[in-house]
Amino acid sequence: MRYSLFSLGRAALTGHRKWTPAWRDPEPARSYDVVIIGGGGHGLATAYYLARNHGVRNIAVLEKGYIGGGNTGRNTTIVRSNYMVGGNTDFYEWSMKLWEGLSQDLNFNVMFSQRGQFHLGHSDAQMDALIRRGNVMREHGIDAECLDRNEVRHRLPDLDYSASARFPIVGALYQGRAGTARHDAVAWGYARAASGLGVDIIQNCEVTGLDIHGGRITGVETTRGRIGADTVGLAVAGNSGHVAAMAGLDLPIESHVLQGFVTEPIKPLIDHVISFGAAHFYISQSDKGGLVLGGDLDGYNSYAQRGNLPAVRHTLASAVALMPALSRLRILRHWGGVVDMSMDGSPIIGATPVEGLYLNGGWCYGGFKATPASGWCFAHTLVHGRPHKLNADFTLERFEQGIQLDEKGAGPAPNAH
Amino acid sequence: MMRITCPFCGPRDHAEFLYGGDAWRQRPAEDDPDPAAWYRYVFTRSNPRGAHREYWQHVHGCRMWLCVTRDTRDHGIAEAAFAGPDTSDNTPAPAARTEEEHS
Repeated sequence: MRYSLFSLGRAALTGHRKWTPAWRDPEPARSYDVVIIGGGGHGLATAYYLARNHGVRNIAVLEKGYIGGGNTGRNTTIVRSNYMVGGNTDFYEWSMKLWEGLSQDLNFNVMFSQRGQFHLGHSDAQMDALIRRGNVMREHGIDAECLDRNEVRHRLPDLDYSASARFPIVGALYQGRAGTARHDAVAWGYARAASGLGVDIIQNCEVTGLDIHGGRITGVETTRGRIGADTVGLAVAGNSGHVAAMAGLDLPIESHVLQGFVTEPIKPLIDHVISFGAAHFYISQSDKGGLVLGGDLDGYNSYAQRGNLPAVRHTLASAVALMPALSRLRILRHWGGVVDMSMDGSPIIGATPVEGLYLNGGWCYGGFKATPASGWCFAHTLVHGRPHKLNADFTLERFEQGIQLDEKGAGPAPNAH
Repeated sequence: MMRITCPFCGPRDHAEFLYGGDAWRQRPAEDDPDPAAWYRYVFTRSNPRGAHREYWQHVHGCRMWLCVTRDTRDHGIAEAAFAGPDTSDNTPAPAARTEEEHS
């Protein structure tokens, strides 16, 4: 069913009893041309673009849990394209362009809201770095504005501008096209659109092994039986290391836990996305009124999807340092997601040493905003066996070749990006 | 809250400790010319979903480096011992690493 004002009106007249499921729930077939492991945003987007851009029809997406239950539903929903290094800049901008047309493309409202993002600077040196970043962005045709303290104060009046502020606000780099999207809707929208193009989305189907013969993948073992495939794409986020180990691969990746928080809902307080420059902290307000915020990793290897109290304290201390009024709010929910931290902070989309097995991972904190372009480029890579020009720098071999994309300049440390 | 039982100080909150990462990594000899060995040491990690051997330094206590076995699925700690020649599975002493990190 195509969603429109007409379909909504018709459903209303029949008491909303005739809505059909948004995607099919098929039994797995014995084999597929392409199997995508991981039914998160990236896996579903990959399947969608495989079908839409490349005409591949015989595709399965295998999800161990349910659609929207992993990192796609656990992030803080921020979308931006303010990257500076190598292939990152154009890749994330292409993602932004896809976001801008995504609701129409998928016929599903992903509630993309370009409310603008402020990256705050707290010292002259930090402003110099932000201006440099802004210049690189503008050279690549991406919108970026450098704002001084007065302009920031005018637009974000509730931050701490007092003389006793722990980290004085000097200015900000502003990207007006950045914003947020409804993260569940992204998974649902891609799932529905992919299913409509014939993709089999198989939930509650965990991959337990990879069939590899003579250095070539021939299929996957799952909790719902063996599924044959010539081409297999891994898009399993925090479980990249775990699944790659089934192919005998050690990746330049560690899995870490990252926590997110939502406060009780309040009236509109924060109109934009704000990234604190003094500590790792970011905040926005959802359409329901809850403030959505997040901070740093807990800092140790984890697959647990739950974190510990020191990271909670660190995040909330950052919130109050930035915006003292927040100390009166209650936290409604907090949760953890497992992120695959690569050794340079940039993603991997490319081939592995196993023929026919491709990896899409290492997204660190930044996977959500990349969802459309990641699917777009991974689909291209799976079909052609070589990367799209936008993901040409995201190879697995770059670490061995010394051409890492180290956006933060933090060196080979998985928990420092 | 995770608690690590330091063999010297007793059970302490993990906030007293600094995480030192994967203890299975083997540092090649200083004169090892093989780039693949250095790549494995610098970049790749075992990253298991399950038991993980890892270093923690008790920075707000005795300052000793510990070798801890912890389950990455539930954060349960099975064992914590001083890192070094006495580590039960003969994991190499991190002394060289420690000096490097603080130099």
